[in-house]
Order: sequence, then C-alpha cells, then structure tokens
Amino acid sequence: MADFIDVYLIPFLWILGGVLAIVVPLLLAVAYVIYFDRKIWAAIHLRRGPNVVGPWGLLQSFADGLKLLLKETVVPSGANKGVFFIAPMLMFIVAAVAWAVIPFDEGLVLADLNVGVLYLFAISSLGVYGIIMSGWASNSRYAFLGALRSAAQMVSYEVSIGFVIVTVLLCVGSLNLSDVVMAQESAWFFIPLFPVFVIFFISALAETNRPPFDLPEAEAELVAGYQVEYSSLTFALFWLGEYASVLLMCAMTTTLFFGGWLSPFDNFVFNWIPGMDAFNEFVPGVIWFLLKTFFFFFIFSWVKASVPRYRYDQLMRLGWKVFLPVSLAAVIIVAGFLVGFDMLPNAA
Amino acid sequence: MILHALTFYLFAAIAVAAGFMVISSRNPVHSVLYLILAFFTSAALFVLMAAEFLAMIMLIVYIGAVAVLFLFVVMMLDINFVELRKGFLQYLPIGALIGVILAIELIFIVGTWTFGGDTTLVAATAQPMVIEGGNTEAIGRVLYTDYVYAFQAAGIILLVAMIGAIVLTHRSRPGVKKQNITEQVHRSPTEAVELRDIPPGQGI
Amino acid sequence: MEELLLEYLPILIFLGVAIVLAVLFVVGALLVAKQNPDSEKLSPYECGFEPFEDTRGQFDVRFYLVAILFIIFDLEVAFLFPWAVSLGTIGLFGFWSMVVFLGVLTVGFIYEWKKGALEWE
Repeated sequence: MADFIDVYLIPFLWILGGVLAIVVPLLLAVAYVIYFDRKIWAAIHLRRGPNVVGPWGLLQSFADGLKLLLKETVVPSGANKGVFFIAPMLMFIVAAVAWAVIPFDEGLVLADLNVGVLYLFAISSLGVYGIIMSGWASNSRYAFLGALRSAAQMVSYEVSIGFVIVTVLLCVGSLNLSDVVMAQESAWFFIPLFPVFVIFFISALAETNRPPFDLPEAEAELVAGYQVEYSSLTFALFWLGEYASVLLMCAMTTTLFFGGWLSPFDNFVFNWIPGMDAFNEFVPGVIWFLLKTFFFFFIFSWVKASVPRYRYDQLMRLGWKVFLPVSLAAVIIVAGFLVGFDMLPNAA
Repeated sequence: MILHALTFYLFAAIAVAAGFMVISSRNPVHSVLYLILAFFTSAALFVLMAAEFLAMIMLIVYIGAVAVLFLFVVMMLDINFVELRKGFLQYLPIGALIGVILAIELIFIVGTWTFGGDTTLVAATAQPMVIEGGNTEAIGRVLYTDYVYAFQAAGIILLVAMIGAIVLTHRSRPGVKKQNITEQVHRSPTEAVELRDIPPGQGI
Repeated sequence: MEELLLEYLPILIFLGVAIVLAVLFVVGALLVAKQNPDSEKLSPYECGFEPFEDTRGQFDVRFYLVAILFIIFDLEVAFLFPWAVSLGTIGLFGFWSMVVFLGVLTVGFIYEWKKGALEWE
C-alpha cells in the first residue's frame, strides 16, 4: 500500500497540481483578458468600457459568467443533441490542452515533449471541429454558414502557419519547445525571420477568427455565426475556448519568435549597464514570458479595434495566393541560406 | 508498467468501440465523428509505442485534414441515407463473402504470428529504436537520402492528387466579376473622375 | 522509453481535467438555471420566419476543393518537419532532395493558380 502511494499517488498529485496550476490561472487570465479586450477597444473608440461592476469594472467578466450560469440552456428543436453539447466542450478542451507543452520558464513546463512543436500544431488544427460540429448540430442556417466559412478559412491559413513553423525549426534543429527558446539566446527569431513572423501573426489572427478575419461571426450578416443558437454556459464555453486559443497563439508567437522566457535586457545592447546582470538574475523568466504574451494580446485587440473586416474572397486570396507561396519560398530561402553558409544547427 | 497496460487497454477499448460505432450508427455524421475518435485513440496508441512522430502526424494529417474533408462531404452533401439503405440486403451476399475472406486472412496472419517460428524474435523487432533527438530525427535521417525515390514518388502522387482534384471539381463560372487589385491600385484620377462644369439652371 | 511516456502522462491528466471541467460547466448550468422550454423558444433562429427548407443542403463544390488542397499541402508540411530537424545531418543531398520534391508540388501549385482554382468568386 505504501508502495502504491509512493509510486503512483504522489507523482499523480504532483502532476494534478501542475495541471491545476495552469488551468486555474488560465481561466482567470481569460476572464481578465476579456475585460482588458473590452477596455482597450473602449479606449481606442474613446469610450469608457465596462466600469460598473467592481472597481473600474474589474469584476465585469465574473458578473457576465454568473449571469450566463443562471440562464436557461436552450437546445433548438431541430438540433442534434449530443453533438450540440459536445461541440462547445470540445472547443474549450482543445484550447486548454494545448497549454500543457508551453514552457513558462527554463524547466518550468508540464510536459516537455520531444515533439512539442508538432503537438501544438496538431492541437491547433483540431480547433476547427468545435466550430464545424456546432454549426452542423444547431441545424440553423446562420450557424451552418458561419461554420462553413470558418472551416474553410482556418484550414487555408493553417498551411502557412505550418510552413512558418518549419522555417523556425530549421534554425533550431529540434522539435522541443524549450530548445526553440534556448536557440534564441543570441538573437530572437523575429529579427532574422521578420517577414515570416508577420505572416505567422496575421495567420494567427485568421486561425483564431479574430478581426479582420472574423467572418464566421460577422454579426452584421450572420448574427453570430456558429454560436447563434447557444446560450448559458455552453455559450460561455465558446468564449473561454476562443480567448484561451487567442492567448495560446500569443504564447506561441512569444515562444517561436520572441525568445519565450528570455529577458529582453540580457544582450549586448543593455549588458554594459551596471547592475543589469543582477536585474536579469532577479526577475524570473515567467514574468518576461507573461509580459510578452500579454503584449501580443494587446496587439490582437488593437487590431480588432482599428481594422475593418475582410471580404471572403479577399481573405481566401490572401491565404492561398500571398501567404502560401511566400511562406513556401521562405522555407527554401532560409534552408538554402543555412546550408550555403554552413550555419545549420547540430550539423554533422 | 501497470499504468502503461491500463492506458493501453483504455485507449484500445475506446478505439474498438469507436470503430464499431462507425459502422453501426445510423447518422453518417455520427459515423465520421466516431471515426475521428478512433483516429485519436490510435494516435494515443502510437504514443504508447513511443512512436511520437507518427502519433502527431496522425493528429495533423488524419484528424486535422482528412477527417475535415470527410465531415465536409457527409455534412453538406445531404444524401438520403434511408434511401441508400433500401438496397442494403441485396448486397448482403457479396458483402458477407468479402467479410469472410478478410476474416480468413486475418486468422492466417494472427495464426502464423502466434504459432509460427521464434516468438522472441518477433518481440525483439518490435522494440522501437531510441535515437538521440527522438524518432522524428531518425526518420529525417533516412527518408530524404536512403529512400529518396520513395520520397519523390510521394511528391508525384501528391501532384497527381492535386491535378485530379482540380480537374474533377473545378468549374469556372462565366460572367463573374472579380476584384483585380493591381488594376484597382493603378487607376489614376484622370481616368476615374470626370469634372464637368454645369451652368446654373440647365442641368446636364 | 518509459521516460518518454512519462512526459505524456501530464497531457493525459490534463485532458482528463479539461473534460471534467467542460462537463461540469454544461451540467452545472443545466442544474442551476430554471429550464422552461417551449416550442417557440426552441425553433431555430431565422429572421422571424419559419425556416423555409432543411438547413443541411448542398452547397458550393469550392469548399471541397479547398479541403482537398489543404490535405495536400498539409502532407507537404508533414514531410517538411523531419527534414527541418535533420537537415544538419543529411546535408546537401537532403536539401536538394527536398527542393526537387517542393519543385514538383510547385508545378501543381502553378497549375492550380492558372486554372483559377484559387479564385473565390
């Protein structure tokens, strides 16, 4: 019995603790990120934004959550009940599970997979199911059209994301996310790979259905797209999933291009300043990681507040005729450069 | 090791159950969803065999791409499946025949595996090789050099698939107005705007 | 091998926690809130009309084409991952091998483009 406790129970509790240490802050972060999102648009539009619930409206998201909890769960009569409930759950589960491999600091990662990058890419390609399933299960025209648009859009931009990730991998020579960060100690990848970084960021907007690519929701024409028939906490799950995957994309941008947990002041530009070393030692990497992630979130909502929505044919054109060839060419150019100048990592 | 066995049986059981539901559920969309579940559990089984790369490719290609197409087709094709099912019984003999042949083949394979030859040899070959950098790199080391012809053949197959898909499905509709961005951007004010002087009280 | 699998254990547990949370959310709302369905409330939303016909009709074949092209390019990306990781070891030959592979597919891509399969009308 003691053997059972030592071998199974204690490690299990450790891992469970680790999982909760990611999930609970993630849910809190989503709640506050929604609040900040609204505040940022409000500031850009010269409005006040939520400011009634709690000091400066800080409790707004919780009030919304509570309200949704007390609402009736409406299931449309023509809906396919099982799939109708599974879809929002799937949306949330997929967005949450991807966080297991994100390295928050050196050694501070729940699952340090050899194939972490592939895992992230795979999980983010599953996000489309929640949307297709909800659109189909609702048996409502708006939901169906939204799901259709969304599926085609996500699928189109995923290809460019794949190519962009390959260019990063060429510079790293490993699929482990911690290795990806460590490879950026000398220079963060957004400097040498700036064009592909731009492609990645815009594709990330499209992949998460954020404006200017929010055609699946397009409230003016499709009311709210695939989520039109959802109410109560099933609707809340869509929101949670959506914002968790937006944050995930920000975290991916940070990890792949902006040096993950590395300090921005630990380089030749700043190192001559006395006390900089001590400062870099003192501030834990997790702080830098979170700051960078939230910075990218700020850019996400900045974009949302300032650009108009794309038209669908423009969106497809951008994905297939601009991003796809450019990112494919980038793979060859980066590989050719690394091979030509003998700069490949782990060369024989 | 117990944990390993437990997870294996959990995922294997789900995979088999999902596979059964694929063929037995009445709604074709449910079938595809169960198929996705079966793909997912087999990816998990690949992980249990330490074939990480294959597991992830299973997720990316099968679930992330192929199943999306399946779902598209069955969700939106709106086939009347009740109608299709009407002729079900008349195909029963031929279906049963194929089923029996497959079953015999399977029995042969399983039979030789259990009773024939040195089982320790079989067990030894099943051990995955552990190479530094994981099996992704191990695949990369041989696929593009030692197996270059197979690799290029895969490229040709993909090309054929691409061309085939376009030939079969692409219809260009006549009389569609398309946006030509270069043309739009290169319009100059002289050709786009015309200024006219209108004398008061006369109109154009 | 055991170590490798241990890295996946947290993901399994994470999956379990996420599923439990999601189910709790949905069931919690069903239990807490008062459910009072009626036929008007449950009819699908469509501009105040009754839906004219079944939603799940046929639609543009273009969506299938996008899905098929996506599969092909996704496979291409799948081939690129191990290549990107092992390019240091397989050297120049591996590089040119991939260039030929991508070249073949670029031919297909140009064909698509010229045929107008990438146009969205």
